[in-house]
Amino acid sequence: MKKTASNKPKISAEEGKRLLHQMLLIRRFEEKSAEEYTKSKIRGFLHLYVGEEAVAVGVTQSLKEEDYILSTYREHGHALARGMDPGEIMAEMFGKLEGCSMGRGGSMHLFDSKINFFGGNAIVCGHLPMAVGMALASKKQGKKNVTCCFFGEGAAAEGEFHESMNLAALWNVPVLFLCENNLYAMGTALKYTHSEQKLEKKGPAYGIETGSVNGMDLMAVMEASQKAVDYIRKTGKPYFLVCYTYRFRAHSMFDAELYREKAEVEKWKKEDPIPKFSEYLLKEKMISAEEIQEIEGKVEREIEKAIEFAENGTWEDVKDLTRFVYTESQRS
Amino acid sequence: MSKYINLSYRDALKSAIREALKNDERVFLMGEDVGHYGGAFAVSKGLLQEFGPERIMDVPLSESGFTGSGIGAALAGMKPIVEVMTVNFSLLAMDQIINNAATLLHMSGGQLNVPVVIRMGCGIGRQLAAQHSHSWEPFYAHVPGLIVLSVGTHEDARGMLLSALESPDPVILFEYTSMLNLEKEIPEDAGAVDIRQAKVLKQGKDLSLITYGTGVYKCLEAADILAGEGMDVEVIDLRVLRPMDEETFLTSITKTHRALVVEDAWRSVSISSEVAARIMEKAFYELDAPVERLCGVEVPIPYPKHLEDASVPQVYDIVEKVTKMLRP
Amino acid sequence: MIEFQMPSLGADMEDGTLVEWRKKPGDIIRRGDIIADVDTQKGLIEIEVFDEGILEKHLVMEGQKVPVGTVLALIKPLKEAKNVEVEKTEGEVPEKREELEIPHPIIEKKPMISREIEEKTEMPRIKISPLAKRIAEENKIDYSKIKGTGPEGSIVKGDIEKLMISMPQEAEVTEPEVAEPEVAEPEVKPQAPAWDALRMAIASSMSKSNKEIPHYYLEKRMNMSKAMDWLKERNRERPIQKRLLPVAILIKAVAKALDEVPDLNAVWEGSLQRKNEINIGFVVSLRSGGIVLPAILNADTKPVDEIMEILNDLIPRARAFKLRSSELGQSTFTITSIGEGGADKIFGLIYPPQVGIVGFGEISEQPVAEGGMLGIKPVIDVTLAADHRATDGLVGSRFLAALNKYLQNPDNL
Repeated sequence: MKKTASNKPKISAEEGKRLLHQMLLIRRFEEKSAEEYTKSKIRGFLHLYVGEEAVAVGVTQSLKEEDYILSTYREHGHALARGMDPGEIMAEMFGKLEGCSMGRGGSMHLFDSKINFFGGNAIVCGHLPMAVGMALASKKQGKKNVTCCFFGEGAAAEGEFHESMNLAALWNVPVLFLCENNLYAMGTALKYTHSEQKLEKKGPAYGIETGSVNGMDLMAVMEASQKAVDYIRKTGKPYFLVCYTYRFRAHSMFDAELYREKAEVEKWKKEDPIPKFSEYLLKEKMISAEEIQEIEGKVEREIEKAIEFAENGTWEDVKDLTRFVYTESQRS
Repeated sequence: MSKYINLSYRDALKSAIREALKNDERVFLMGEDVGHYGGAFAVSKGLLQEFGPERIMDVPLSESGFTGSGIGAALAGMKPIVEVMTVNFSLLAMDQIINNAATLLHMSGGQLNVPVVIRMGCGIGRQLAAQHSHSWEPFYAHVPGLIVLSVGTHEDARGMLLSALESPDPVILFEYTSMLNLEKEIPEDAGAVDIRQAKVLKQGKDLSLITYGTGVYKCLEAADILAGEGMDVEVIDLRVLRPMDEETFLTSITKTHRALVVEDAWRSVSISSEVAARIMEKAFYELDAPVERLCGVEVPIPYPKHLEDASVPQVYDIVEKVTKMLRP
Repeated sequence: MIEFQMPSLGADMEDGTLVEWRKKPGDIIRRGDIIADVDTQKGLIEIEVFDEGILEKHLVMEGQKVPVGTVLALIKPLKEAKNVEVEKTEGEVPEKREELEIPHPIIEKKPMISREIEEKTEMPRIKISPLAKRIAEENKIDYSKIKGTGPEGSIVKGDIEKLMISMPQEAEVTEPEVAEPEVAEPEVKPQAPAWDALRMAIASSMSKSNKEIPHYYLEKRMNMSKAMDWLKERNRERPIQKRLLPVAILIKAVAKALDEVPDLNAVWEGSLQRKNEINIGFVVSLRSGGIVLPAILNADTKPVDEIMEILNDLIPRARAFKLRSSELGQSTFTITSIGEGGADKIFGLIYPPQVGIVGFGEISEQPVAEGGMLGIKPVIDVTLAADHRATDGLVGSRFLAALNKYLQNPDNL
């Protein structure tokens, strides 16, 4: 984990391989999820992160164990990058008791308090006020941790975004507002939803330190988010970081993508963060082509294991249906 | 025997908040105008001076934002008391309360607790017209995961908040602004109260009056009048609207065999609908007459006093209804 | 061979139309390739394939609309052995398999019981409260001819109880006693042990009374006009089930008279011992024989209304053997009354260790001379049996006079 405040991440070969592994794991995990969905193993809504891997992996590098993460319904990438077990995520999506949320949440509601991962929040922008509150608690408790809140550019049109930015700045609380701008709120382009499409202009209006970065470039994301987190830790104040990114797959599984041209998708695919980062590692001689194949093989095995874990999971007994409505020790 | 003191509903609420702030460092009060203004209804007057701005936090007019922040702070180990000035504005925070506070424990498979207490001034009776006279108890009582309490008496005004703060799960407290100035005697040492059960406030054998909120004192008054006419009614304050304590009113019905449910909320899909249904489901063969209801008239609450009064059950309505039921 | 199926792309997708095959038989298929375009409710979606191999055969033609799960094409795997095995176990009708795996609670089917319902369909609909119906059925009371006093003329608990009190014989006659055919052995009523015990208790205390207590008897006919008018006035506003009956006023009058003549509100235990409380016991005859003696405590201090309410509560419970022990055996004086359609007079046996018992005959209209005029008035014949060890006739006579005084001035009650 980076400790220095230096601007340019100086990564070692080992770190490079680890980061590539993380991005590939997310990519293959998402592809496998799509497949399991078509087989009806996964149901409900399934939102895939393919194309946006550099953001999750880049940002989580700058976070410490004690930091809180809140995310959206497109959160598999964040959960995996944070270190959640792929098997527990897959089991969750299969609806099995062994899932990270005991199967009660599904794809959109991954929770793991052990790694301070607070969802998996599926009402667009609904988690921003909570993130501010968690940061407020840290401040009141004298803790030095940062609350990192991922959300999409669609959320920035919600009233709660503006309420939360105002509250965070007003109260000076350590929250990182991390906007993943993938240009489409479901299927509606940014230009149809925001009067001011340069979202990074919205931060200064609240007196919030703001930055933006190419979200397809892992090293750039790492650098920008490290800078943001360092600022927050130093000042205790919020920071707004906009990552420009793109999802290669449809919004969810049942999406005919009527709203964008194939050519546009193809153009963005040239920016695919994984080949881009692989090339960088190859160029810097931090990795060999064989080693990349080895990582692919390792990822494949991890995903097979995850599927096996999920398949072998248990269905919760229907008699336990009403668990977790109230705290069990209190009202049984 | 403990000493009794005369206390207004407002002061009972306030002394509960003060006690909670003194008892537990994690407790803080946040809400619109709770600090410098002294509370929209003067419930928190003086507390800013006593506890400082870290414990008594004024917030901007952003109900969803600050209610969500309270939920977040609770997630992260604090015990926030969120004051939503009135229940009418809570509609702007409903997403936070229902989609976050009420669901997180369940969605996370039991990992996350949200020990937030959300207080709301509510009710009708001050000529505030349609947008400021809502009775939203049924809305919130509909939601599993919430504990919904109705503060119908001074003892509960003094005690419910303290018990609510002990709950690991989110609690909604309905406080009735029309009762703020009302003074009653309560034991000097009154404190935390049970928040699981309804309460029989007056024993009786002819009929069970089941109510909550502002209905409580109205029903007690009606019961007094009825006693003078030789009709002996039992008065039950539901108190806990969710999870509803049905045991208390079902037991009462097995004694009285007749029930009248009284509430200010609109009749359709209300607390009284729920009570009536449960009586039918679980005490059908104890009924000697159909369960009756007195509820809010289904109209946006009008401004003129006489129309406002006619919109919700009054004492004389209760007396008349009971008389009709007992002496058809 | 791999079966390529119409994929499920959403919970709300039930079928799709195969618009265009992007891969022909013989084409090499790679994971992630678009194999076909499918039209759905949401528009045209490119269908991705997750297998590798050579497209063997199209099974669904372009333009065909098929449900999710339908096999669209066969793909010959490249890595034969491995893929075939995996896909065979994964393949078949996933939707249904899914459902099968979810554990459902086993619901045992119970045979429908319709006989009772059929039998009852012929009956006209009677408005009766669930509680009243339950009591009626428990006591095997026919409620089809009762006129209800409840809401909308429905029959309520009070109506059934009134029937149980006022028509004991009739109820007994209509009572089919042992209706259940499965009881082949000699019927043993559940109350039987209580009956025996009760009979024995009555036998014992009445024998003791007759053997040990030297009774003396007094009798007086009392004019009930005032009392009946008073009742009528008070009943005018009341619903039937709340109406006052003469017995209530008689009990109250006895209690007040005892207050004036306290020597009769006493027990004899070697000597006369007056009682502080005036608790009036009254004899309740049970329909199947026997009597019980519940008491109205402090009857002198209770308004007539309240005495009536207590009677309404006690009598049905007494008949159902549901009295609490505290309601029995506390009486300090006893009343026995014959009720309607009975004898003119009743002479009671004192319930030891009490020292008196009043008997009320039936209220009936009789010629009465009053102020030199003869008129027809409701009258009642009242008897007093008292213990001569404790009091003499003069005391008894004073008691009857006091009783009469109250009945002539009911406002003083």
